[in-house]
Amino acid sequence: MLLNHTTSKIVERKALTVNPAKTCQPIGAMYAALGVHGCLPHSHGSQGCCSYHRSTLTRHYKEPVMAATSSFTEGSSVFGGQANLLQAITNIFTIYEPDIIAVHSTCLSETIGDDLGQIVSKAASDGKIPEGKHVIQAPTPSYVGSHVTGYANMLEGIVKYFAKKSDELKNQLNILSGWVEPSDMRELKRILKLMKVKNVLLPDTSDVLDSPMTGKFEMYPKGGTTIPEMVSMGDSLHTIALGEWATEKAAVNLDNQCKVKFSMQDLPIGIQATDRFIQSLAKLGSVSVPESINDERGRLVDVITDMHQYLYNKRVALWGDPDQLIPLAEFLVDMDMKPVYIVSGTPGKAFEKRMEKILGKSVPEAKYKNGANADMLLMHQWIKENPVDLLIGNTYGKYISRDENIPFVRMGFPIIDRVGHSYFPTLGYMGGLRILEKILSVLMDRQDATCPEESFELVM
Amino acid sequence: MRKIAIYGKGGIGKSTTTQNTVAGLVEAGKNIMVVGCDPKADSTRLLLGGLAQKTVLDTLREEGEDVDLDDIVRPGYGGVRCVESGGPEPGVGCAGRGIITSINMLEQLGAWDDKYEIDYTFYDVLGDVVCGGFAMPIREGKAEEIYIVVSGEMMAMYAANNICKGIQKYAQNGVVRLGGLICNSRNVDHESDMIEELARKLGTQMIHFVPRDNVVQRAEIHRKTVIEYEPEHGQADEYRKLSNAIDGNQMFVIPTPLEMEELEKLLIDFGIDA
Repeated sequence: MLLNHTTSKIVERKALTVNPAKTCQPIGAMYAALGVHGCLPHSHGSQGCCSYHRSTLTRHYKEPVMAATSSFTEGSSVFGGQANLLQAITNIFTIYEPDIIAVHSTCLSETIGDDLGQIVSKAASDGKIPEGKHVIQAPTPSYVGSHVTGYANMLEGIVKYFAKKSDELKNQLNILSGWVEPSDMRELKRILKLMKVKNVLLPDTSDVLDSPMTGKFEMYPKGGTTIPEMVSMGDSLHTIALGEWATEKAAVNLDNQCKVKFSMQDLPIGIQATDRFIQSLAKLGSVSVPESINDERGRLVDVITDMHQYLYNKRVALWGDPDQLIPLAEFLVDMDMKPVYIVSGTPGKAFEKRMEKILGKSVPEAKYKNGANADMLLMHQWIKENPVDLLIGNTYGKYISRDENIPFVRMGFPIIDRVGHSYFPTLGYMGGLRILEKILSVLMDRQDATCPEESFELVM
Repeated sequence: MRKIAIYGKGGIGKSTTTQNTVAGLVEAGKNIMVVGCDPKADSTRLLLGGLAQKTVLDTLREEGEDVDLDDIVRPGYGGVRCVESGGPEPGVGCAGRGIITSINMLEQLGAWDDKYEIDYTFYDVLGDVVCGGFAMPIREGKAEEIYIVVSGEMMAMYAANNICKGIQKYAQNGVVRLGGLICNSRNVDHESDMIEELARKLGTQMIHFVPRDNVVQRAEIHRKTVIEYEPEHGQADEYRKLSNAIDGNQMFVIPTPLEMEELEKLLIDFGIDA
């Protein structure tokens, strides 16, 4: 109904994007900054930017998201935003008292050429940054890349500012987390604890964006990576960076700045990607894999084998961010499902190469595309040409799901019409189990709802 | 009301030529408004007898959006209404946006109300049309005729040709037209012939050839137009001729910019071979 003008005829488009599979850079920068303890994100631009970015995060996490803004006026866009940002820094440290202000730019401030680095150093030399407080910054013009780029830029900004190399090597690993839910960060910490690997996880939004109701408002919840932890990252043995699009810049920066080597890995989604993560933890942390983790893996494999008949050959359409889509496609292929259509609004040439590797032999009919022209309209048109059995992606898929009457599992960012993503992880073997359960539930519900009466089964 | 924008390479003499032309028109009894669109705010210095004026953007910065027209429009030589857009200090902010903001603000404040009975508005615009902001004066409903100040020097001609590209873009969907080239002589060989030829190739005219004379510098030092400083001087008459030519101009065209090779050939033909 809603998208009933969508046709199956695909016309080559050069400039038009319809329902993009991405959002603004600063949303990612804010999210990454919220994973640092005592940090207030600050949007250097007009008020509307800040409001939109905060509300998008709030709609997804169902938590209040605090952020300040330089509140550009017409005058600031002509004369530059230095005066506003300097005043903001003074006001914020006086009134809201964060330990860190994480400034990111916007389209407007980037276009008029405001130099955040210069303004922040002026704030420092003018004595506007109190002793023991910090201002970090990252450029985030939304006309470049996507929300994932913003996340990557802020993560790089954090590492660049805090990580220091001292003479003392620390027996710990750095884990740079790609854009995942607070529940996933919590799951990463649980796995690291089971593996007995000492580590610094950056960022860490657990206990920030999934905080309990206590009746009391905490401007800076207890979660988030702390300053001493971030400083110590320069002395770590090694960095494991999870998700190339979101973490590579920070990992490279740590290597250049503090000579901490890194391993670039996929987010541990599904069996193989989690295997690789666990293996590298074991190797780099010089630990053995505990039985409990092997058991988790075994349980996941068991459910897949038990329910294989419901998964086999099912055609799936996916959309979202490359860091999630790559291991998710791999996981689906491992379960004998067919991820036939994949789009991501986030650009990056590596996407097609990785997909080719995963899908080339096993799902030769698969179509995948990323970048500005890879939008939800294209995905919908592919589906109209040849339908799928299942959709996996963020909330924006609900229109296609309803119009085409296709079962839909919500995964990715943003999910603004369901809950659960903040609390139940999709990373690791247990996360894999949750993805599997969600897929099976919608597929089996569909079978129950539509199969002929004589095939309606009590036991499935 | 005729709305005129003056463009040309930086340093070519746009502001000097504009103000002297305006002085000529004032002598002929015209009611004129000059809008300086340059962050340096030096487009009305000769008419006002100095740089004392507060710019539109200064008032925006100091008084917010609650601005009075009288704060920014100053009467100059012969009652010319002088306005300077102003802009940010070099290296920060967005001067182009400043031009847009200040012209919008002048319109909101009713700077062109009928009660002022303005015959001519002159927009004096900084250098090349480097971004959309500097094209603001030639957008729909703003300046309708454009004169490009040029000399026989290569870079000035490059710039003039480039500006024609901008005019062409806006002219195709609007009323803006090129009124002609004003040659502000630098004593280049065969300068007049060369600019005549350039004008012909662009589909326009050289509306006047202003010879070079040091009286212009002396007048500038005294913060005056030549017409005010030495009204009897031959150079003053040159500016009067230019004013007359503009006043009587009937030739308004969409320019046909030259390809680079064509332009360079022109320079060789006149600069070396002739």
